[in-house]
Amino acid sequence: MSGWPILSTITFLPLLGVAFLLLVRGDAATVARNSRLVALWTSIVTFALALVLIGSFDISNPGYQFVENVPWLPEFGISYHLGVDGISLFFVALTTFLTPICIIASWESIQNRVREYMVAFLVMQVLVVGVFCALDFVMFYIFFEGQLIPMFLIIGVWGGERRVYSAFKFFLYTLVGSVLFLIAILYMYLQVGTTDIPTITAHEFTRETQIWLWLALFASFAVKMPMWPFHTWLPDAHVEAPTAGSVILAGILLKMGGYGFIRFSLPMLPEASDFFTPFMFTLSVVAIIYTSLVALMQEDMKKLIAYSSVAHMGIVTLGIFTFTQQGIEGGIFQMLSHGIISAALFLCVGVVYDRVHTRQIAAYGGLVHRMPIYAVVFLVFTLASVGLPSTSGFVGEFLAMVGAFTANTWVATTAMIGIILGAAYMLWLYRRVIFGELTKENLKSITDLNWREIGVFAPLIALALFLGIYPKPVLDVLHASAAHLMTQTQLARVVSPEALELAGQVPKIAATR
Amino acid sequence: MTAFVAPNYLVALPEILLAGVACVFLLIGVFTGNRSTTPLTYAAIGAMLIAFALVLGFNGTRETSFGGMFITDHFTTFMKSVVLIGAAGTLVLGIGYVQREQMNRFEFPILILFATLGMMLMISANDLMALYVGIELQSLSLYIVAAFRRDSVRSTEAGLKYFVLGALSSGLLLYGASMVYGFTGATGFDAIAGGIKAYGAGDLPIGVLIGLVFIAAALAFKVSAVPFHMWTPDVYEGAPTPVTAFFSAAPKIAAIALLLRVFLGPFAELASSWNQIILLISIASMAFAAFAAIGQRNIKRLLAYSSIGHVGYALVGLATATEEGVRGVLIYMAIYMVMTVGTFGAVLAMRQKGQMVEEIADLAGLSKTNPALAAVLGIFMFSMAGIPPFAGFFGKLYVFMPAVEAGLYGLAIAGVLASVVGAYYYIRIVKIMYFDEPAEALDRPIGREILGVLVVTGIITTLFFAYPQPILSGAKAAAAALFP
Repeated sequence: MSGWPILSTITFLPLLGVAFLLLVRGDAATVARNSRLVALWTSIVTFALALVLIGSFDISNPGYQFVENVPWLPEFGISYHLGVDGISLFFVALTTFLTPICIIASWESIQNRVREYMVAFLVMQVLVVGVFCALDFVMFYIFFEGQLIPMFLIIGVWGGERRVYSAFKFFLYTLVGSVLFLIAILYMYLQVGTTDIPTITAHEFTRETQIWLWLALFASFAVKMPMWPFHTWLPDAHVEAPTAGSVILAGILLKMGGYGFIRFSLPMLPEASDFFTPFMFTLSVVAIIYTSLVALMQEDMKKLIAYSSVAHMGIVTLGIFTFTQQGIEGGIFQMLSHGIISAALFLCVGVVYDRVHTRQIAAYGGLVHRMPIYAVVFLVFTLASVGLPSTSGFVGEFLAMVGAFTANTWVATTAMIGIILGAAYMLWLYRRVIFGELTKENLKSITDLNWREIGVFAPLIALALFLGIYPKPVLDVLHASAAHLMTQTQLARVVSPEALELAGQVPKIAATR
Repeated sequence: MTAFVAPNYLVALPEILLAGVACVFLLIGVFTGNRSTTPLTYAAIGAMLIAFALVLGFNGTRETSFGGMFITDHFTTFMKSVVLIGAAGTLVLGIGYVQREQMNRFEFPILILFATLGMMLMISANDLMALYVGIELQSLSLYIVAAFRRDSVRSTEAGLKYFVLGALSSGLLLYGASMVYGFTGATGFDAIAGGIKAYGAGDLPIGVLIGLVFIAAALAFKVSAVPFHMWTPDVYEGAPTPVTAFFSAAPKIAAIALLLRVFLGPFAELASSWNQIILLISIASMAFAAFAAIGQRNIKRLLAYSSIGHVGYALVGLATATEEGVRGVLIYMAIYMVMTVGTFGAVLAMRQKGQMVEEIADLAGLSKTNPALAAVLGIFMFSMAGIPPFAGFFGKLYVFMPAVEAGLYGLAIAGVLASVVGAYYYIRIVKIMYFDEPAEALDRPIGREILGVLVVTGIITTLFFAYPQPILSGAKAAAAALFP
């Protein structure tokens, strides 16, 4: 695929849609209708291009593919450098997949300032895809932090009652982490002389440097992910964001944290990652158990799912920091699967919220009598979130746990207890909302899913089941890159002082024989 | 006493042009009266643009004239360009205001011209005397324009406050200069540097250091860095808005230029002494401004604190005392000028029923009543907060990069954390424009001149990342000029 810059096209195509949106003229209703159509078509075309990208991806190649590298600020060693490998490929696909779904999901629920809303979503898509494609630190940072702006506006303009508080909390919390990350980027740049990510990955930092850099990166990714105890912005942001905002937040934005750990912390700072493994395990296990307990006590559906996201992200960090092939693939797979499942769960909440205008669990009950299709859809995603075999949730969790068992049995056992708690809160939520007698007056006339909503859920169900039953296509793509990542981290470990000492003794032992 | 040699006037051509033009305008104004204000304003803008062209026309080799008092090099070219563009831009912004708000007197553009001339002399100063003359020419003009609305209590109060505190700082400067002269026996920058070097490392008289501290304090006053910032919010709030715009765009840049020239020229040897001062006022400015701005209700006051903070960020670059650091300062100031001019364009568009308003709350719901203006002001706010991809982010990037390189991690971390606090008050304005329900709508149209400035500055702020080369290479050459 030489010549045609497919990654740039996928990344920046939505801007064309934005340009069209700004040109839409007419009365309010016309503008709203045309804006929705323009945004939908733009995102669908982008998704189609992403499919082409997957189709032409070479799974045997562990390196970056579709690379575009043009000098941008040559005197600073900053270039316009894009590329995807097996790790980032599916995040790009997931983003382009969820954006049209978000737009369809907002078709009726967003009625004011539709044009601005669509602009915000398309700009968001540009920035998120940019994060996953960027192979230059400055570009990465621009995309990474730039998405604060559209998300801030999405929460603040179209959100719920406490939207202002949540938008500020989201913005400032994430910014604090990001600015420390920026200092780390500057330091690495000054050490290596370029901001090119592959070059920096190949560079070996001293152990002490690694530890400081790792902490700065951790500040950013742990907030983004979010890991306990840096997660408090997430429930607020989720609860107040409009449905599609929650979908994009849970489905994609959280993945940037995990992606950051995999892309930067592990291969660039392997010794520090090794050093901090117990720390990460502790935080992950606490996150899994603590947030699961918190989720059990939630009265707000969105908040419950938000806490469950934190728990699931705990499994991801657990898997990543096992330094095993299974653990890393499991972490990535869990992120992809969570991107589908949590997005779908937020959409499920959105469905009843649009009808009843409350997210309180207590306000529901017995929905199965009026909404059988909805009950089935919700059931599928509840079970997928619990990690039932044959859903995508199982594959990721299983792989991550296999990795965790090989690394540390105790950690894995404790995490398992958290997963049981996960089943408890999800099933309890389902029971309270769907089953029971239909006693609430305002629910007696509630309508089941309409065709548009079924159209939103159908691809998500298909994908969740497909990845659960036949995960091979995704895992195949992950194999080469994950193995490459393993060699990068292992190689660096071998050159650590202890290892060198050990390596020095090998010939001696051989000689004494 | 050497024989009289005619100085090379060509070196100072832009300054001579402005001085001549200002005198001619004064005569025209005296004979035609206030009806010539607007034509004179346009003519003054034209004169500034011609001067800008002349400044750019120099090939940039280092040349001195007037007995070594006056210098031109790449550094002066860059700084004068920024100052002239800033001054011209704010004059354009003020045209409508001056006509409407009883400021229609012909002296206004002429005083601005004199102030600009003073700034150019400051930038080109290569001698403590020339420096003082430039500062005073600038300051005296500024005192008057701050009090230009004679019938407004706030405006006259601002002018008086500015004058009293400005006179104090001039006194400090003179005192410091006399100390330095007394101990080095020279007023020329090169000679002072030589005098300090002659003392050797160990036995530098304390008097030089005292003089240095006084000069630093006076210059910190001029750039309104904490703890010498007290006048800024009051003067910014009280002065007529176009004057405030001018204050924050042009004199600040000239004063920063002076700070760079003085500290890296005559006092380059003492870098280890003065960079402690700079470090302190830099951190203090960033942190103080970030917290103090949170509670502000008046947008001009808020922008005053914002400008204090921006000076703090710019000084991060100077604290490193390296060429890269200076380049960062220059890039930062150029970007700051563009953002400031644009922001004040938006502030000058804040009118309700023909009256100027300046409460932040008056912007409520602007995204519904005037979406384009809200979007542009939003871009400036995000840019000032340092959020990529806007220009402000790159400004911060280029000052923090040398700070990290120089090992000033504490300063860099303090700076970025202050920028997070600062982000709060910037995005609060975005919140008021986008999240709040509309209050009374602002008047439309906002005026052609303001619209033009907003479009240009908005485009530069948004698309800086696409083509930053002109500013980057200009700043690089300018910084190199200070490190021969």
